[in-house]
Amino acid sequence: MAEVVATNETILVVGGGISGMTAALEAAECGKNVVLIEKNPSLGGRVSQLYRYFPKLCHPTCGLEINLKRLRGNKRIRVLTLAEVAKVEGKSGDYSVTVNIKPRYVNENCTACGACGEAVSAEIPNPFNYNLSKIKAAYLPNAMAYPQRFVLDASIIGTPEADKAKAACKYNAIDLDQKEEILTIKAGAVVWATGWKPYDAAKIQPYGYDRIANVITSVEFERLADPHGPTGGKLLRPSDGKEAKNVAFIQCAGSRDRNHLKHCSRICCMASLKQTNYVTEKYGDEGQSSIYYIDIRAIDRFEDFYQKVRANKTVKFIKSKVANITEDKATGNPVLHGVDTEGYHRYDNAHDLVVLAVGMEPNVDAGKIMPGGVVADVSGFIDINSTTEAVFGAGCASNALDVNRAVQSATAASLRAIQVVNRVSRAEV
Amino acid sequence: MTTQAVEKYHNDFLKEVEKNVEMGHMVKMCMQCGVCSGSCPLGPAWEHPPQEIFMMIRAGKRDEVLTSDSMWMCTSCYNCIVRCPRELPITHIMHGLANYAHRLGIAPKQNPTRRFAQMFWKNITSTGRVNELKLSVGLYFMDGIASGIKKGLEMLPVGLGLMKTKRLDPMGMVSGHGCKGRADIQKMIKKATEIEDKRKGYAA
Repeated sequence: MAEVVATNETILVVGGGISGMTAALEAAECGKNVVLIEKNPSLGGRVSQLYRYFPKLCHPTCGLEINLKRLRGNKRIRVLTLAEVAKVEGKSGDYSVTVNIKPRYVNENCTACGACGEAVSAEIPNPFNYNLSKIKAAYLPNAMAYPQRFVLDASIIGTPEADKAKAACKYNAIDLDQKEEILTIKAGAVVWATGWKPYDAAKIQPYGYDRIANVITSVEFERLADPHGPTGGKLLRPSDGKEAKNVAFIQCAGSRDRNHLKHCSRICCMASLKQTNYVTEKYGDEGQSSIYYIDIRAIDRFEDFYQKVRANKTVKFIKSKVANITEDKATGNPVLHGVDTEGYHRYDNAHDLVVLAVGMEPNVDAGKIMPGGVVADVSGFIDINSTTEAVFGAGCASNALDVNRAVQSATAASLRAIQVVNRVSRAEV
Repeated sequence: MTTQAVEKYHNDFLKEVEKNVEMGHMVKMCMQCGVCSGSCPLGPAWEHPPQEIFMMIRAGKRDEVLTSDSMWMCTSCYNCIVRCPRELPITHIMHGLANYAHRLGIAPKQNPTRRFAQMFWKNITSTGRVNELKLSVGLYFMDGIASGIKKGLEMLPVGLGLMKTKRLDPMGMVSGHGCKGRADIQKMIKKATEIEDKRKGYAA
């Protein structure tokens, strides 16, 4: 089904988040042919799951929409979704990449009318909302999904549910016979933009993420604040659906900790500072945010943002790494225990909701991409300086970066890839 | 005058700790997050929690640290070591500080942990084996005869129960209960003490 024309002058971009989209667009707009592959059914990555960006507090839909418009208008980019790299072989200027493509069971005829979704009754956890809500097993990944096309979840294939979806489709868009495909794509250079995942909070045993309902992660809080999220934009806590007005943020949940992630994830301080704005936005002076921190790392020009949050009377800063969290059984409130560094006062503070500012972990261990040629740093990110292959790390595959820096890094990776394919095309003239 | 001013800012105490205290070289690695203090089950009993002790060492507060009874509160539960994001061996450093203060003769004289530690050391080194009965009786009578008898009576039912299940031998009060090469063990300990004294510069 998927026909891909690619040569060793093609640039392969792995990962369709903000970094991969940027790298693909920059290369294509410089006149290079690009194949952009994405594991999920839609582009956009984790940025599309954010409620607001820092520091301007605008919505990510805005930036993504601009990129999608550039993408739609560009004939040099071939997008493959539900596609994952199995193997990278070859050498700089001449790679063969094996790609597995999972079936979507929906073809190009789809108009995203939604009739299949209405016909199906089976539900699956919604990954777009970090499984905080459910979605029909015939679904549009999110409101801004690109391609704007439904997906049938593999779990209903072969059941009457799938037949219901097929019967409901007026456009003959549902193809239940689609099979997994394996493609080999040629490329002169690879931009590796597989991004990050939130550190598994359950591994931080004393914080009880796996035991205490009202301890959630920062990415989950992002979904709670979003009008498209599981609570329709209300900050309702998981245990009893009560409005969470007194919210604690715990920094370095996994980061800067030799028992977990050795690196500073760089974005979590700004993310929590930003999220205190969500509390203020919903409740005004009735809201209360408390940030428990080792030190606030609002890097370079973000200092202004930090000072603005500091000036907000409803935000408290407690300089302390929380020792452990227990649950008040009667109220469901998590209680934070520790000693602060400014005065060594012992505290036992109850909050409605605790948000763990979890660290960034690379989605793919860089050491496994092309062993020997692509080198991982101590945390599994691509070590750009030691990597000898023309596989260029972009965005959070190369380091813990915010959106702004990820885009810069993607542009840099794109430039490196362009130089490689330029060399290839000169050699062939 | 100039030398004096410089001296004031010279942190000799941190260097002294690094040189003489077990794992002392790790003190400078502390980033003051405070997770050790919050995680200590005896935390509320400490005048200065571990994180504060580290800061005091770095601030050169020699007398306050070494005469403090805080590090004597450590029960070696290792909760702090497990949670420390920088893997500082906090328990070892606390015992190292206590030991150093004791060897310098400035540890709090009446501190019960220190007195118990001394009793334990005397007990085990005299015969090469711990005599639990003598040790616990000694502990009861640590603060005088009257309180010793009171504590002994309180613990009587426990003692009788232990005797009934043969976990406690009343003959332990009179029997030697030692190991075979008692003299050799004492020689070894004497030599080890000499070596340590020499290495750490304690008066021989």
